[in-house]
Amino acid sequence: MLKVEHLTKMFGGLAAVNDVSVEFETGKINAIIGPNGAGKSTFFNLISGLHQPTSGRITLDGVDVTHMPSDKVARLGVGRTFQTTNLFEQATVLDNLIVGHRLRTESGLWDVLINSKRLQREEKAARDKAMEALDFVGLNHIAGQFIADTTQEERKRVAFALALATDPKIILLDEPAAGVNPEETEGFAELMRKMVDNGLTLCLIEHKMDMIMSLADKIMVLDHGEKIAEGTPEEIRNNPAVIEAYLGGDEDAAA
Amino acid sequence: MLFKIGRYLMTPGAKMALLAFALVFPFLASNEYQVYVMASAFVWAIAVYGLNIITGYCGQLNLAHGGFFAIGAYTLALLTADAGWSFWPAFVAALLVSAALGFLVGIVSLRLKEHYFAIFTLCVGFIIYLLIDKWEELTHGAIGVRNIAAPSGFGLVDFTETVPFYYLVLAFLVFCIWFMGRLSRSLLGRTFIAIRNGDELAQSLGINLMRNKILAFVLSTTYAGLAGALYAGMVRIIGPEEANIVHTFDMITYLLVGGIGTLMGPLLGTVGIVWITQSLQFLEEYRMIIFGPMLVILVIFFPRGISGQFLTWMHHKVQSMVPGKKRKEKKVQNASTEEAKNNA
Repeated sequence: MLKVEHLTKMFGGLAAVNDVSVEFETGKINAIIGPNGAGKSTFFNLISGLHQPTSGRITLDGVDVTHMPSDKVARLGVGRTFQTTNLFEQATVLDNLIVGHRLRTESGLWDVLINSKRLQREEKAARDKAMEALDFVGLNHIAGQFIADTTQEERKRVAFALALATDPKIILLDEPAAGVNPEETEGFAELMRKMVDNGLTLCLIEHKMDMIMSLADKIMVLDHGEKIAEGTPEEIRNNPAVIEAYLGGDEDAAA
Repeated sequence: MLFKIGRYLMTPGAKMALLAFALVFPFLASNEYQVYVMASAFVWAIAVYGLNIITGYCGQLNLAHGGFFAIGAYTLALLTADAGWSFWPAFVAALLVSAALGFLVGIVSLRLKEHYFAIFTLCVGFIIYLLIDKWEELTHGAIGVRNIAAPSGFGLVDFTETVPFYYLVLAFLVFCIWFMGRLSRSLLGRTFIAIRNGDELAQSLGINLMRNKILAFVLSTTYAGLAGALYAGMVRIIGPEEANIVHTFDMITYLLVGGIGTLMGPLLGTVGIVWITQSLQFLEEYRMIIFGPMLVILVIFFPRGISGQFLTWMHHKVQSMVPGKKRKEKKVQNASTEEAKNNA
């Protein structure tokens, strides 16, 4: 569904992402791994339109999204989460999620002024969607709690719910299990499986190898902006290039 | 007891009581000067509501806000005093001019983010001041504009009188707060808050940053222009000092004290500080000795202002009241949040 061809991003003279081609299939969990600074987050930023690629092509279900602004990409069905999610701390979890469905609504200033039927209908739809997403990630018991009073794990789930509320086809997850304990990590793995079972396609960046190896259908390994390997967890585990990149075959690989 | 009062304050009845107080205030006031002070506080409150849209809800610190107040005031002043327009057409023109200029400044300045935006708008504010001060053919420069028309009452009321003018300003203020309330609860208001939370997150939610930021900016300059036009109609003589950057910082103070990003904050902050300033008038310049520490304490202990602090307090009260078990649970949760923070 998401096809990336010869994608390159130069920051000055540095190729943060260098000639990467990959294809993510519908309903699969795709993982991107690689040492720090390998260009994983940049790769996500290129797909979601936050950065413009220097060259290459990205297509989503056949539609060219290469140079599309990120809000349009989101509307086409690319959701994403960030390593850290800034939310409105002194508002409830539910209040923070309602805006997630904004991109599927049309109401503007005039609707606000006259409190139009359309606005009322859309606000109800957005609220329902937020509740649905909250239910999906298993947090409806804290819908009325302030974000400031939630745990790290709950926050991460709220970020998932926010991405889900946009009605995406594919979700890009940037280190979804960073900073949570092993038990909670298992919970996130379960949540991701549930998302895929519901027809979503996932693409995640993660450092927790145990989780990746048991969860991913396909793994792509980036190092210094280049794709050095791609395959099933089993193939990746035994790939000499990957072992070298991680354990340090040369002096700068450990970066 | 405190909680009960608090809960009452959150009901629509409390807002009605506040409005009723505002309506009878001219009869309670011991002299006309107090009514005048209150009317001018309301005018500033309208402008602070505008600042609350772009800075409080949308998160962009606009330091040209006082400039747009002056643009509203000068548009009305010049059209009535020099071009001979009557008040109301000039008033509408003032709104349109401040909206149009807000749009033009917005499309340029909103390309910048965070403090770059603040610095840029600081410069815009100063340029507006310089234009007013130096473009003597148009603005009369330092002499200012006299003979500004008062709002016409269509033969029914005389708005040159303080009390009728007070009610006029009150009507505009109520409309501005009403609209703000509707905006802040709507999907559009939530869109602004999403932008405040972070540009990248907002974009990933499919929000067009530029379009929404410009909309918030134009709304805020229109509020400023509206306040400026009312101000000009009230004082009837204005000068370049109206565009002084000091006014912008005053408004930011009102906003911070009252509660940034809250519905009642701008009103509480503005009216509160204006009256405190008035009551400390006898101290002249030394009033800052009292005023300064008060501000420092407020910012340290109530970073979200009076209104924000109140809402947070009420929320926690309600949460802790639900089941007895919940409180314990929450403590554990808080502890694990602390832990997570430490680990991160």
